[in-house]
Amino acid sequence: MITFTNTSKRYPGGFEALNNISFNLAAGEMAFLTGHSGAGKSTLLKLIALIERCSNGQVLVNGKNLARISRRGIPYHRRNVGVIFQDHRLLFDRTVFDNVALPLVIAGNSRQEIHKRVRAALDKVGLLEKEKLYPITLSGGEQQRVGIARAVVNKPPLLLADEPTGNLDPELSREIMAIFEEFQRVGVSVLIASHDISLIQSLPYRVLQLDHGRLINDIGGRL
Amino acid sequence: MMARKRPAQRPVAETRGASVGKRGLRIGLHTYLLRHLQTFFYALGQLFQKPLATLMTSAVIGIALALPAGLHTLLNNTQQLTSDWNNSTRISLFLKQNINERQSTALAKKLRTKNEISKVDYISREQALEEFSALSGFGDALLALDENPLPTVLVVHPAMVINSSVAIEALLTELRTHPEVDLAQLDMQWVERLYAMLDTLSRGIWILASLLSLAVLLVVGNTIRLAIQNRRDEIVIIKLIGGTDAFIRRPFLYAGFWYGLFGGIIAFILVQISLLFLQEPVHHLANLYHSQFKLNKFELVNTFVLLTCATLLGYLGSWLAVNRHLKDIEPS
Repeated sequence: MITFTNTSKRYPGGFEALNNISFNLAAGEMAFLTGHSGAGKSTLLKLIALIERCSNGQVLVNGKNLARISRRGIPYHRRNVGVIFQDHRLLFDRTVFDNVALPLVIAGNSRQEIHKRVRAALDKVGLLEKEKLYPITLSGGEQQRVGIARAVVNKPPLLLADEPTGNLDPELSREIMAIFEEFQRVGVSVLIASHDISLIQSLPYRVLQLDHGRLINDIGGRL
Repeated sequence: MMARKRPAQRPVAETRGASVGKRGLRIGLHTYLLRHLQTFFYALGQLFQKPLATLMTSAVIGIALALPAGLHTLLNNTQQLTSDWNNSTRISLFLKQNINERQSTALAKKLRTKNEISKVDYISREQALEEFSALSGFGDALLALDENPLPTVLVVHPAMVINSSVAIEALLTELRTHPEVDLAQLDMQWVERLYAMLDTLSRGIWILASLLSLAVLLVVGNTIRLAIQNRRDEIVIIKLIGGTDAFIRRPFLYAGFWYGLFGGIIAFILVQISLLFLQEPVHHLANLYHSQFKLNKFELVNTFVLLTCATLLGYLGSWLAVNRHLKDIEPS
């Protein structure tokens, strides 16, 4: 699903965020991306979502070379990559339903289709009864689940999460992870950036460890 | 490392196939139009959420457009008033004092036979005196005179075939050669001058309209630029989840459309009120000139043109702002 080949990212000014990274994440695989702050976790996710472009090497997502995707093609690429952010990035002037529906509206689905899929997605994250509320009235964990519902509502084959449990207590974090595991079970590839070592170690998934932009460890991958 | 094909990719492929193939193009098009319509009214709803700001922006546009539109209407009215004068080119022949009535009627008769002349009005000295004393208010002064100081006047209406100023000039020269004629005067000159003035004025209004249209573009552009800045976060989020530039652009373009339309409506109302306000004094003025002239209201065609131009300007202003500023907003 994701293949990095000798990929580097150097920002203007010379800071090297990623240095010669190579790894492969299979379709349907779930993995954690870990490392200290500034190790390059976010940059790596940004390369996959085409928020940034790599300076050297190659990134393949779903068999497509991202260097070949033009500016105009970026939105269509992003529709196949569900991204979950630490700060949720919800629209606070719209209801939970409208927030989750946004990717489907963008893709031009019909009303009935949108209604069906949004309710299915909200059901999966356990927020079906809160669809009419505004995000501001929800707790942090609930907001994160709205973000997850939005990321999966158009059934992307790949999910990226950047510190999805960053602001949550251990119990809520467990719940969030359980939701990711559910998606992984139905064949979605999941890559989660996190520095919550105890949470990562409690789960049986592959761990990619970054340090100052280098991939220093690739352990697990039992699935 | 791992198996490549997993059912994960299937759902995506399936939905796509279904959306294009089975449900057919018609439903796709229907959804597309529905989306547009929703955005269209969504943009309107957004404007109504801030009624005062919307009203102010629209009012600026309205005033900017009302000025050239109003002037244009007034000019049109003036041109209408003077249009029938164009066909009334006349040459007044003032005959010499020593020409008696028989001689002057003979001249009139002779002139009437000419091809270049369609009609000759004969105004005798007595008629002229009567008219003059009635209209000028100098009646009493004239009575004090021993004899009628006014000459006999022949008013020559050139035929329709004579419509160039050169031909009229030639006719004038010819008429001057008659020994009975003291003075031949073309009553046209001041009309021509008026027309030249109106032409200049018309150009001036076009220049004004162009400048104010530019102002409208800038006003709408600036308003939309602020709207884009206010919704920066939203734009970033939409870009992150795969919104195309066209999708993001759409509500702003429709907002520009609405601003333009509201501005046009305000301009229309302002012009109508101004005309209504001018109606009475103009009528009074016309009465003083023994004219039945009435100020015409804004015509339907002009209303349509005004609203269309206003809407297009709004759309264009928004388009410029969106193209300029949307590219700067990228997720990071």
